[in-house]
This record gives sequence, C-alpha cells and structure tokens, in this order.
Amino acid sequence: MKLSTKHLLGIKDLTKEDIQLILSTASDFKDVLQRPVKKVPSLRDVTIVNLFYENSTRTRMSFELAEKRLSADTLNFAASSSSAAKGETLLDTVQNILSMKVDMIVMRHSASGAPHFLSKQIDAAIINAGDGINEHPTQALLDAFSMQEKFGSLEGLKVAIIGDIMHSRVALSNIYLLKKMGAEVMVAGPPTLIPKYIKEALNVRVEYNVKNALQWCDVANVLRIQLERQNQPLFSSLREYNLAYGISKKLLDSIGKEITIMHPGPINRGVELDSDVANGTNSIILNQVENGVAVRMAALYLLRPQNND
Amino acid sequence: MKTILSHHQLGITIKRLAHQILENHLELKDTVIIGLQPRGIFLSDKIVEEINNILDPSLIKYGKLDITFYRDDIRKQLHTANKTDITFSIENKQVVLIDDVLWTGRTIRAAMDALMDFGRPKKVELCVLIDRRFSREYPIQADYVGRAIDTFPNQKVMVYLNKKDKEESVELLEE
Repeated sequence: MKLSTKHLLGIKDLTKEDIQLILSTASDFKDVLQRPVKKVPSLRDVTIVNLFYENSTRTRMSFELAEKRLSADTLNFAASSSSAAKGETLLDTVQNILSMKVDMIVMRHSASGAPHFLSKQIDAAIINAGDGINEHPTQALLDAFSMQEKFGSLEGLKVAIIGDIMHSRVALSNIYLLKKMGAEVMVAGPPTLIPKYIKEALNVRVEYNVKNALQWCDVANVLRIQLERQNQPLFSSLREYNLAYGISKKLLDSIGKEITIMHPGPINRGVELDSDVANGTNSIILNQVENGVAVRMAALYLLRPQNND
Repeated sequence: MKTILSHHQLGITIKRLAHQILENHLELKDTVIIGLQPRGIFLSDKIVEEINNILDPSLIKYGKLDITFYRDDIRKQLHTANKTDITFSIENKQVVLIDDVLWTGRTIRAAMDALMDFGRPKKVELCVLIDRRFSREYPIQADYVGRAIDTFPNQKVMVYLNKKDKEESVELLEE
C-alpha cells in the first residue's frame, strides 16, 4: 500500500484509496498517542522543515508535535523573523535549506499554488499546510477523521460548511474530500462570501439562509471570516454578520435536532460562533485538534523519503 | 513444495509449545504473552487457547503487538500497520513473545524496541513455530521452537494457521 502522490499538495490530487489509507494510518497513530510512551522511531533519520510564511498556532504546533512523535528532526522557519524579510525569494530560501540535507518540507504560504510551484523545482516531499485561498489538505483530513470517528462513515453524511467560503482553503479541501468519500455537501453564508458558480463547479448545494442549512445538515463546519484576505467590504459589520449568519444556542435550539459543530480554528467568538455553542456538548472542535496530530503523523509517515534500490 | 508440519503434527507441536511455556512459567504469575502482528497472532491465539484449557483463563494476560512503526526497512518499503492491543503494564513482567517464523531476526529486534515503550520487562523470551536456522542477521535465538529447519534464502516458509487458509499446515515453497 502506498499513496499515489509524492507530495501532499491538495485533496484534489488524492484518490479515494489515498484518503482511506491516510485515515486508517492516522487511526493507528492515534493509538500510539494513547500509550505511556507516545512516540515511535519511524522517522528518526528524517529531517523536516516547517516553513511558515503565514501565521499559525494549531497547524504549526500540530505538525511539529507530529514530527517529534515520529522521532524526526525538525527545523522551524517563520518568515517574519527570517531573511525573507530581507527580500530572499521562496525558491532561494528553500534551496538553501535543502542544501543542509533536509528531507521534507511542510509549508504554509499566503500565495495560492506556492507549494505546487515549489514541487516542480525541488525533489523533497512537500506537505501543504495551507496555501492562500486554495487548499489546506491536512485540515480536511483531520475533519474527515473526526467525522468518521463520530459517525462511523462519511458515506451519505450531510455536511454544511458555513461562513466565508470565498476565502477559505479549509472549505475547498473539505469539499473535495467529502465529495470523494460520498458525503453530501452544502455551503452556506452571505452571497458575497460564496463564489458565484460553486454549485456548478463543485457540485455542492448552496444556501443563503443559515437556519435552513442547519435544518438540513448532520454536521456544521463553521468557518472564520478571513478579514485579512478581504480587500473590500463584503458585509456591513461583524455585529450584523453575527445576527444574520452567526450560530447561537438559541438558533440551534429552534432547529429541534442535534447537530455536530466543527470549526478549524481560530474561532472569533461572538462572530461566526457563540461561546456556548463552541463549548457545548455537540462541539467536537477540540477533538479535531487532538486528531490533527495523528492525521499529520500519518501524512508524514506515508510521504517519507524512500530509496527503492 | 514440501510439507514441514501436517495438520496433525501442527496440533501436537502447538500443544507442546503451550506446555513448555507453562513448564517455565507455572501459573503464569508475572508472565504475559504477546503475539506479534500480523501472522504471529494466529499462533499465539492457539497457544493461549491451549493454556486456557489448563489454567483459569482469568490468570492469563495476553496482548498483541504491531511493530510496523519500529521496522528498520522503513526507507525501503511501506507497510501498513495492524492493531496493537496491550491493555496491561509489562513493567517487571516476564514476557513471552510469539511469532510464526524466525528468520533474519529483524522482526524480533523491532519487537523488542516496541516492547520497551510499554515498560521495562524483567525478562523477554521468544517462542516460534518455525526456526529457519543459519539465516540470522542479528544475534537473536528462540527459547521455544516448534520445528527448526535448514533453508535456502530463496525458499519460503508458509504457515497456514488462519481460518481463511486452506488446511492448517506448514509448507516450504521453492521460489
């Protein structure tokens, strides 16, 4: 068994079998993480650089922990405190790092397609930890793992992705993954934050009324408003967004059925999600974070360098 | 193809291995039995079944260990993992590892590494159904051996113990 790709650039490139292999391997690593010694020696001869050109808490720490749990050596790069601030290009930076005998690259970049560009220039395996508004594959995989853990299977599951769909790489990766695994997907939010032809392009349902979306779904994956990526006002105010599209306990109670609440973080409490919902019994937000380490261990393990001689 | 152990012989051998383990570990006090995934489990299941017939089953601590993440050929090929199921501490316990075939010794080397992550055992013993002599790549020997055989590297030992397998037996295949 092996993955059909050399890099993990996006869910778009993966087959259903790839996704199943990553999820089942993640489940084995989740077992490892429950043991007294939460560590295996699998990648002890591998060096990995975490190349973050954009801010991150969860993803970076989760990757770093996953690497350490696999016994890999890790290097951390934050653009703001590096020579990138002096004008060094992405390719130069990476080639310099690789000449220090680094085997794998985990990268986050604000430009969509940055890891794809890099994958054509260099040999090392690349894992995309988020590129602009394109994809965030490990987030979609950990979301899938968390849903599978709760519901047993993704087949036929109704998932509503609610919020800023336009600027969300989490949304796109989730849509690709859920469709490949046979789930039903709806995107919901204000029309200005939903790409125009998404229904035709990706074969998803579109809903502009959050209450209708909640009534339809088993799982609501709520997304953050990505103000840093919006260069023009797309809704009048955060308060108004919260009133029209935010998910409150009152709104959920009025639906009369249990809905699992997910959020990739960071949460803007009181904007897209109210605190009592984020902390409520149907929220699996912290399970997502826990599962993130196991899923990233699986991705790193499956993409590790191999000599086929 | 040559039969090493027929169905009938296999039954007797497994009974003997169970008795030999008990001989050294009366009542299995402070002893745990650990089968190695994936194919060692078929043998360890049968040995534990035999021991269950002799001892009170509640006395037996039996676990399963997967060594995929501890392998030394990780850069050469990809293996998919199986479940590890060890629900007890092995700290200060006597461990009997069970696998179907002992060949190069690499699996057992990895298994000992994996075992240490569950505690520091007092002693580790090895029980195998088939010992392929003169082909070891590490200084590892078994304490309980079903049948020791001499083989060439291009030969393959097939242990049919799985219920899905055809009749239970051990066979030697020429490549």
